[in-house]
Amino acid sequence: MSTEQLAVQQARKAFLTGRSKPLEYRIQQLKNLSRFITEREKDITDALRKDLYKSENSTQLYEILGLVGEINLAVSKLSEWAAPRPVSKNLLTMSDEVFIHPEPLGVVLIIGAWNYPIAVTLQPLVGAIAAGNAAITKPSEVSSHTAEVLELLRHYLDPEMYPVVTGGVPETQELLKQRFDHIFYTGNSTVGKLVMVAAAHHLTPVTLELGGKSPCYIDKNCDIRIACRRITWGKYVNCGQTCIAPDYILCEPSIQDKVIDEIQKCIKEFYTHDPKSFADYGRIINQRHFKRLIALIEDSTVAVGGDSDEVECYIAPTVLRDVTSLSKVMQEEIFGPILPVVTINGIKEAIQFINEREKPLALYVFSSSNKVIKQIISDTSSGALLANDCLVHYTISDLPFGGVGNSGTGRYHGKYSFDQLSHLRSCLIKKLNMEMVNQMRYPPHTAEKLRWARFFLLKQINLAKWRQMAQVAMVAALASFVVQRFLR
Amino acid sequence: MERQVVDKAREAFQSGKSRSLPYRKQQLRALHRLITERQADIAQALKQDINKSVYDTTLFELIGLENDIKLAESNLVDWAAPRPVRKNLGTANDDVYIKPEPLGVVLIIGAWNYPWSLTLQPLVGAIAAGNAAVVKPSELSEHSAGLLKELLPQYLDKEMYPVVTGGVPETQELLKQRFDHIFYTGNSTVGKLVLEAAARHLTPVTLELGGKSPCYIDRNCDIAVACRRITWGKFANCGQTCIAPDYILCEASIQDRIIEEIGNTLREFYPEDAKKSPDYGRIINKRHFDRVMALKEGCTVAIGGESDGSQCYIAPTVLRDVLPHFRIMQEEIFGPLLPIITVDNLSEAINFINTREKPLALYVFSSDKKVIKRMLTETSSGGVTVNDVMMHYTLNSLPFGGVGNSGMGRYHGKHTFDQLSHHRACLIKTFAMEGLNDARYPPLTAARVRRAKIVLQSRLCRCSGMCVWAIISTIVSIGLLIALLVVLL
Repeated sequence: MSTEQLAVQQARKAFLTGRSKPLEYRIQQLKNLSRFITEREKDITDALRKDLYKSENSTQLYEILGLVGEINLAVSKLSEWAAPRPVSKNLLTMSDEVFIHPEPLGVVLIIGAWNYPIAVTLQPLVGAIAAGNAAITKPSEVSSHTAEVLELLRHYLDPEMYPVVTGGVPETQELLKQRFDHIFYTGNSTVGKLVMVAAAHHLTPVTLELGGKSPCYIDKNCDIRIACRRITWGKYVNCGQTCIAPDYILCEPSIQDKVIDEIQKCIKEFYTHDPKSFADYGRIINQRHFKRLIALIEDSTVAVGGDSDEVECYIAPTVLRDVTSLSKVMQEEIFGPILPVVTINGIKEAIQFINEREKPLALYVFSSSNKVIKQIISDTSSGALLANDCLVHYTISDLPFGGVGNSGTGRYHGKYSFDQLSHLRSCLIKKLNMEMVNQMRYPPHTAEKLRWARFFLLKQINLAKWRQMAQVAMVAALASFVVQRFLR
Repeated sequence: MERQVVDKAREAFQSGKSRSLPYRKQQLRALHRLITERQADIAQALKQDINKSVYDTTLFELIGLENDIKLAESNLVDWAAPRPVRKNLGTANDDVYIKPEPLGVVLIIGAWNYPWSLTLQPLVGAIAAGNAAVVKPSELSEHSAGLLKELLPQYLDKEMYPVVTGGVPETQELLKQRFDHIFYTGNSTVGKLVLEAAARHLTPVTLELGGKSPCYIDRNCDIAVACRRITWGKFANCGQTCIAPDYILCEASIQDRIIEEIGNTLREFYPEDAKKSPDYGRIINKRHFDRVMALKEGCTVAIGGESDGSQCYIAPTVLRDVLPHFRIMQEEIFGPLLPIITVDNLSEAINFINTREKPLALYVFSSDKKVIKRMLTETSSGGVTVNDVMMHYTLNSLPFGGVGNSGMGRYHGKHTFDQLSHHRACLIKTFAMEGLNDARYPPLTAARVRRAKIVLQSRLCRCSGMCVWAIISTIVSIGLLIALLVVLL
């Protein structure tokens, strides 16, 4: 039996013991995960520096903060999330118990990514633990140092319930042959399809957090300076290796120069005139991606940056001008510090440009005009839409995070992670009395019985509305009584 | 041909027509008219397909559908409106909400056992959510499929909601096309093929599959009532219901009583003979007739057992002392055979259920709350009805769907709308308060990170209309109460 098979078998055995069902166990494991992050902070920071040249503060801000927030939220809200959720009844079920009961799915497979290897691998794990599942965590082998650190999880979490399986493509393929109750994959669309095909063999539901080219439309009617600050930040964080980074800019030719000028100023402000020696500017993950990115610039005009160093996998913050839809850089998700500016004539053309392409994970629009923003929202589709800023929708745990179409399926963050990795079981608890009421459904059928059935089944009762009306009536009665007393 | 239909539907969708709420409502109303005006034709088609009685047509096919249409029509504005979410300190001045949007072109593959409700209820959700939809009714219920193909274009926008009929080759051709969602109702084998085809385009799916829905009868319950309800659920539509109680689990001591009560009930439901009753259905076709008959192999017949191949008639049949390795326990029965398996106790029953695939529905009959609680917490299934069968299907506030082998995704009522929408997270910020953003810009310092932490981890209340109304009404009521007390004293 392979290591992968064994890990899955053990995890299933652990799940079947039932020990992940009690909330106390789940909260304990979540707290242990929290301890892992605090106690191993130095190891994590070191690993991220080696993998992606992430600075200590970047690690805090982009990997750890969000994760700790998710853990704290899950711990404080778990009893609420896991409790039966009552739903509205109809006349027939008035005296019955009707609710949705969240339950664990079983064994979840979490395949992490290499760009934010801690956040993107462990945030789904938080949801899996909170929902009461067992989970196999497979960190990306590309961020190899972080994968090593994640193996230390076995000293903090129940090692049978939450094993960490490391390895590359063969190990992942072996894992994907096993049967899971849910597969959570973060990565690119090509592998996403393979994951979904593998899941199909076992009828396993999936969550795919993929990517795409996230467009960034800058309206001429906006504060271009601030827009460019926010875009520059969002683009060059982690050296552009963010699934929701603004991939390319769309703007009218009349503002292209101003946009490029402002971005150039911000780059200097954020990363100094020598980003290579600056601690908060990252590196490309490996040679393969470095070469891929350099090739993308080939047929475009460099307006800012463009220099690189293969040995260090360093690419300067780069802006390309007058890019067209045929340019190499527009054929795939960039995932690097290269920002093409594509000029279009007006918002209609921008919308058409966006709609000719696959639905992106995020769509950005910068405008002071609500009308423009509304038009973009109603005439396009994307996983998420953010107006006048970049990336920050990721940090709002009450917003579902996920893609649509080629950018993914399913969503998570906060309670959504819990719901995504639970089975929400519909429960109707009736009693064995009131059998008379059921007469209308039993054969021999008559027109009379049918009339009763129609009445009971088609009557909509909105209990909330009745309650509100009763409250208003009481308040009105009270008010009239008081008024009468005062008038006397 | 299938490709053209899908392309046309996509064109229709891209015209933007279906985005308008009045358009969607109009289509829903047209669908409502279809099922009310043509009710007689529908009943006729169902009689020819599966010998469904007029009453069963209304009861099982049309009432639920009508319910969903009315609900969608009256709530559409609410459902399609932006849904505000809780903010944090960093987004206090922003607009934060989830906007439901159409997905695009949905493929709906219907089933043959309830060909109208199972094909059209997903369509209600597809229309309400603003999608275009290609409807592929099951070829096994051929009269219903033919009628649907004829009628739907007469009532609904025929480019936006085309009907494609045909068998396996046509379905395979459809599945090669690219959709934005595929909604399939049927069995797990084909379900896997649908999921595989969808995976190639990264298309999300809803699979309403089946399985063997267990029915546990505790000795501590009103067995007569329990058996009445089970008998109704099992033999409706001749057992061809995805959530029919597939088999009974009970202690040996009550098996005889159960068989007696089921027998009594059958005599009450079909006073002369099930074969002569207009309320008793038939098996859909010869192939399934043969399949179901073969399942009886090796079983002891306690009630019924008669059959008539020329009519695809199988009498309501109860089988006693069935063992787990019998043929009938190897697949979903989907027919009027009710096996009884005896177990020693509740733990054994739970174990029996858990060693099998997660079913679409689970039924427990007991007056003992502890028994019910154990069943609920120690097993899993798509849905549960306690002390009755199938009724969780009829309440559209409960999401209906399976888990594991019994399916993925859910629908009914608002859940269909949600399932066939994209819930787009929207955050609308302004250009103001740029100072706040300094915390995140490089050069990063520990102080900046600390500031970011405070902002990110704070939570503000969601000041929606409900909250405001609750606060105001509470203040006013308390004020009046105080005034009243003052006056009285």
